[in-house]
Amino acid sequence: MSAGDGCGAPAGGVSVSAATGSQAVVEGRVVHEGSPVATGYARLLGTGDEFVAEVPLGDDGGFRFFAAPGSWTLRVLAPGGLRAERSVQADYGQVTKVDVSL
Amino acid sequence: MSRSDVLVDADWAEAHIGEPGVVIVEVDEDTSAYDKGHIPTAIKLDWKKDLQDPVRRDFVDKTGFEALLSERGISNDDTVLLYGGNNNWFAAYAYWYFKLYGHDKVLLLDGGRKKWELDSRELSTDVPERPRTSYTAKEQDSSLRALRDEVIAAIGKRNLVDVRSPDEFTGRLLAPAHLPQEQAQRAGHVPTARNVPWSKAANEDGTFRSDDELHSLYASEAGLDFGRDTIAYCRIGERSAHTWFVLHELLDLPNVKNYDGSWTEYGSLVGVPIELGDGR
Repeated sequence: MSAGDGCGAPAGGVSVSAATGSQAVVEGRVVHEGSPVATGYARLLGTGDEFVAEVPLGDDGGFRFFAAPGSWTLRVLAPGGLRAERSVQADYGQVTKVDVSL
Repeated sequence: MSRSDVLVDADWAEAHIGEPGVVIVEVDEDTSAYDKGHIPTAIKLDWKKDLQDPVRRDFVDKTGFEALLSERGISNDDTVLLYGGNNNWFAAYAYWYFKLYGHDKVLLLDGGRKKWELDSRELSTDVPERPRTSYTAKEQDSSLRALRDEVIAAIGKRNLVDVRSPDEFTGRLLAPAHLPQEQAQRAGHVPTARNVPWSKAANEDGTFRSDDELHSLYASEAGLDFGRDTIAYCRIGERSAHTWFVLHELLDLPNVKNYDGSWTEYGSLVGVPIELGDGR
């Protein structure tokens, strides 16, 4: 994955579990009825629903955020009005895995 | 200008697919999204390969813009409808380019790619062939673009709107939370800048909030003085193009500039003032 110098999503969505070094990573996969959700969006929100970041899901339904340490809300949006929300905790040097079933 | 002159919804786009004189253009950083499926008849622009100078840190010059549009089959008379991923960040950035180079008939699709996808509207993998044109751009409109010295001179004098996330603004992060932390040498923000994250201007589906909500967001909540000139910036200038679109095109404020050098430039300059923390 190469983020380049843009603020956008990495090319082709993300594939999970790359090296993280000292980053506070939140990543996971989204599935619906057992299949990866390749069209959809994962949003990371702070306190009071404050928007932090959003990525399109990868072909494998995967997403990844490089967050600050702390408590976050993960919200997933997909076609057909499908949505889900999870609370997540991020810490430096940790990969927090959050798998979501819609 | 008003909202209906610059912004169209997905129904409008659907009704104008294939119409002569209307060119739909997807603009992304990640053009693999286009390759997987795009609005039927849409062509693509790559934010980096097509719109940035390959050597210097700058965007394509007038000649480069003319060559690009000619090669993609866009003529001066065409209505260009832009849309893209990331809540239209890069589409708004391209919109700003088109305006900089004097293209009048340019529109943004409200909600961009995300709303189109969430609505389950048709996507196509067919890549249209458009005959070459001979596009002529105007000289860059410097009233829309701020360079670094102008930003430094604006401290305490004009509205400076930092549209990055609160964590980037305060200096806790150097980049958005879906990217590795990299780029500028120093964290923080331009002194006296107000932090109004771009995302506050958008609904969850990527559409823009109503004019009343936007007015209240910038005037009442953020305390921008609408009687002053304004410069918006972010990290590399595309999120701030989104806010530039809101302030200049939707709210019709005069004298709003996008500082595309943004934090990656400012935060690496030697000797300029930087503020940390929440600001004011």
